[in-house]
Amino acid sequence: MNDSKIPSWVNIFVLPLINIMFAFAFAAGIFLAVDVNPIEAAGVMVRGALGYQEGIGYTLYYATNFIFTGLAVAMAFSAGLFNIGGEGQAYMGGLGVGLACLALDSTLPFWALLPITMLASMLFGALFALIPAYLQAYRGSHIVITTIMFNFIASALMVYLLVNVLKLEGQMAPVSRVFEDSAGLPMFHEMAAWFGFSFSQSPMNLSFFIALICCVLVWALLWRTRWGYAIRAMGASPSAAEYGGINYKKLIIVVMLISGALSGMMGLNEVQGYSQQLKLDFVAGYGFTGIAVCLIGRSHPIGIILASILFGMLYQGGAELSFDYPNIDREMIQVVQALVVLFSGALALMLVKPTEKLFVFLDQKKTALAGTKAEA
Amino acid sequence: MTMSIYAKEKSAERPTALELRGIDKKFGAVHANKDICLKIPAGTIHGIIGENGAGKSTLMNIIYGFYTADKGEILIDGIERKLANSKEAISYGIGMVHQHFMLVDNFTVLENVILGAEEGGILKPSLRKARKELERLAKEYQLDVPLDSLIEELSVGLQQRVEILKALYRGAKILILDEPTGVLTPQETEHLFHIFDALRAQGVTILLITHKLKEILSATDNVSVMRQGEMVAHRVTANTNKEELAELMVGRKVRLKAEKSDAKPTEVLLSTDKLTYTDSMGVDRLKEVSMEIRAGEVVGIAGVSGNGQSELLSALAGLITPTRGSIKVGNSVIDANNPTCADGMRKLKVGHIPEDRLVMGLIKSFTAEESAILGHHNQAQYNGALFNKPKFITSECKRLMDEWDVRPRDPKLKSSLFSGGNQQKLIIAREVDQDPDILLIGQPTRGVDIGAIEFIHKRIIELREQGKGILLVSVELDEVMSLADRIIVMFDGHIVGEVDANKADEKTLGMMMANILPDELASNKGGQ
Repeated sequence: MNDSKIPSWVNIFVLPLINIMFAFAFAAGIFLAVDVNPIEAAGVMVRGALGYQEGIGYTLYYATNFIFTGLAVAMAFSAGLFNIGGEGQAYMGGLGVGLACLALDSTLPFWALLPITMLASMLFGALFALIPAYLQAYRGSHIVITTIMFNFIASALMVYLLVNVLKLEGQMAPVSRVFEDSAGLPMFHEMAAWFGFSFSQSPMNLSFFIALICCVLVWALLWRTRWGYAIRAMGASPSAAEYGGINYKKLIIVVMLISGALSGMMGLNEVQGYSQQLKLDFVAGYGFTGIAVCLIGRSHPIGIILASILFGMLYQGGAELSFDYPNIDREMIQVVQALVVLFSGALALMLVKPTEKLFVFLDQKKTALAGTKAEA
Repeated sequence: MTMSIYAKEKSAERPTALELRGIDKKFGAVHANKDICLKIPAGTIHGIIGENGAGKSTLMNIIYGFYTADKGEILIDGIERKLANSKEAISYGIGMVHQHFMLVDNFTVLENVILGAEEGGILKPSLRKARKELERLAKEYQLDVPLDSLIEELSVGLQQRVEILKALYRGAKILILDEPTGVLTPQETEHLFHIFDALRAQGVTILLITHKLKEILSATDNVSVMRQGEMVAHRVTANTNKEELAELMVGRKVRLKAEKSDAKPTEVLLSTDKLTYTDSMGVDRLKEVSMEIRAGEVVGIAGVSGNGQSELLSALAGLITPTRGSIKVGNSVIDANNPTCADGMRKLKVGHIPEDRLVMGLIKSFTAEESAILGHHNQAQYNGALFNKPKFITSECKRLMDEWDVRPRDPKLKSSLFSGGNQQKLIIAREVDQDPDILLIGQPTRGVDIGAIEFIHKRIIELREQGKGILLVSVELDEVMSLADRIIVMFDGHIVGEVDANKADEKTLGMMMANILPDELASNKGGQ
């Protein structure tokens, strides 16, 4: 019954927009409380994120991370699995990329290295998701619990490796050596130069386009193949999937492997693209924010791209904002981000009923108007 | 239309217990109740009949205070009342017995009755008072229930009596019963109607909601028919008949009994040998069930729901693995060591129309065309090497919709937006289109409107004529009796006996459903 009341475009576009507007309205209130004009602040944020080439580059660089982790959550979610281990899987994926680069950067040219680092990121991320997947499928341990615990394992493992194995001799910082120049992903400004365009320098790199290709692939897998059908069937109705002869145990494993691989590919952007060395905490919450991205993006690749850009803007514009206003610090920006997550994630359903009522009201008014016109 | 003969005659004799004037209720764009007027004289049994989705439940929930009407008035004993919630409705003497009982299984009858009607923090005095009051009620209305038994130990029929007692204990003078007989054996149903008589004799007004025409005719004084949110007719029960009521419900003439010739069964297609299934709790759900299905016959399974019919269907469909015993399909044997899955059974040409279409049969959030390939989505015809063939899937769905008259004919519409009957037609179409040798059918017409029932019954008989073996599980005894050639009765996981459908009568089947064997059957089948 719920479905019939409002047109689907309202559900897909209008509702998330209203949710985000609510979040911004609250944020505006907070800005007012610290004597910052919210409209000016919004202007600074948007200009900082989209107003000039470097800003755009940064926005899309952040968005790349969100696309990968958001897709990973969406992939699992379409099968009814809540993978909140994106953080750990991305960390491991980055480790895979880093190890591949450290081992092969001086021997292989870039075109030969790229497939290996891509594969390594997917493999490490996927394998890290495999154990929770197996435990869920064959032992019934809940995937939410196991994936979140695995985040801590990833974190501890990384500290161990960087402090004891990969750290350079005579160095204090727990970081690996910087990769050879040839190993890094081409930056967007370099790529633009190949085609004769000039673009300001920014950390945006090839992995943004890899992320977009992943969106297409995930969409095609879910909506255009029999495997995607089975995945969605299991997510929507496990009992109907079982009736349909779908082996859910095997499917849980497959879906989580794909989800882990997508998270892992985030490591391409951070390790091979941005820092070009392995260091601690490069995931920095992107894995968790991926959950919010997936929720705002309605688990659909296009929605995830849009939501990722929104979060990219919040990150980049927020950074600009804290430069410009002494009253606004980094934490304040996190509050704004948290409000967006709160309203579009946790409170996503709060505004469904009022919106429905509004639309039914508008609809009645329209028909009434049409009626009077017809009479006239 | 709303003022019928009885209203004029009887309202003169008896005071009106309940009157509805122009009740109107909308849910968004759905107009569930349109200008409903109804007058029920005190101390009568009034039936309300209508198809699923006709608005019966909405109306009852308005009377019981669950919903508030958008427009209209409710008069109780001639005084207009605003019912903001069910607590207020109860205080005005309205009681409701829901289709699904609202009882706490591990409480005693007495505890259940006072639940929510306790007086003070200490239970003892309330319990003592309730016991006395219930003993009086039991005597007055012939409602004998063991007050100190746990609910879980009682039969469904007794549980229902507890629900009625609960309402009476709260001072109900108007009792609403929503589909009360769905879970009862014919004997229990009869007893329930005796209770109605006793209640009526004491001046209680009863509102009986049902979709079963027979019950309306045997139990009520007056009947009102609802169709698409409107009250379309009022009749004095004695002056109407099944055919007229069915026509009023559907809005056109319907044939109520499936017409069929005698079956000509041939070879055995599927058989079970001492099939036993123990669930995860360690309870035997199926106990040594041995049966067979032949080509060209409909085997009906009768029984009060929850006596192993669902598990039998699941086992035959490959959804659960037998604990002991075996299933034989053609040359394949399935047992604990050779388990199978739903896909495996489909490959053996066993089709399955599941009992619960919303839980198993289709996926609510999927489009119709997606639901129309559930279970067959891996077939080569729907898939290329990598991608599936969306255009072909759409055209196939369209073809099925044309052949089976599924409305609206929109393959892209969400499955949940079709009516129950159309959902069911789509599922049956999907399974029949695979041309199985054996078709397992669970509750083919549950929640399906009369028009669609007629259509579905006709097609099931056609399949039998084509030489398919059909197993039919249904809680509607009438349906089993009208479609099946042989009827197997199940009780507590085992087969009580088998009856030739031509010789079956409701009384014998009802006794068997309660595990009481008529003498001549006992002598044939001794030891069961």
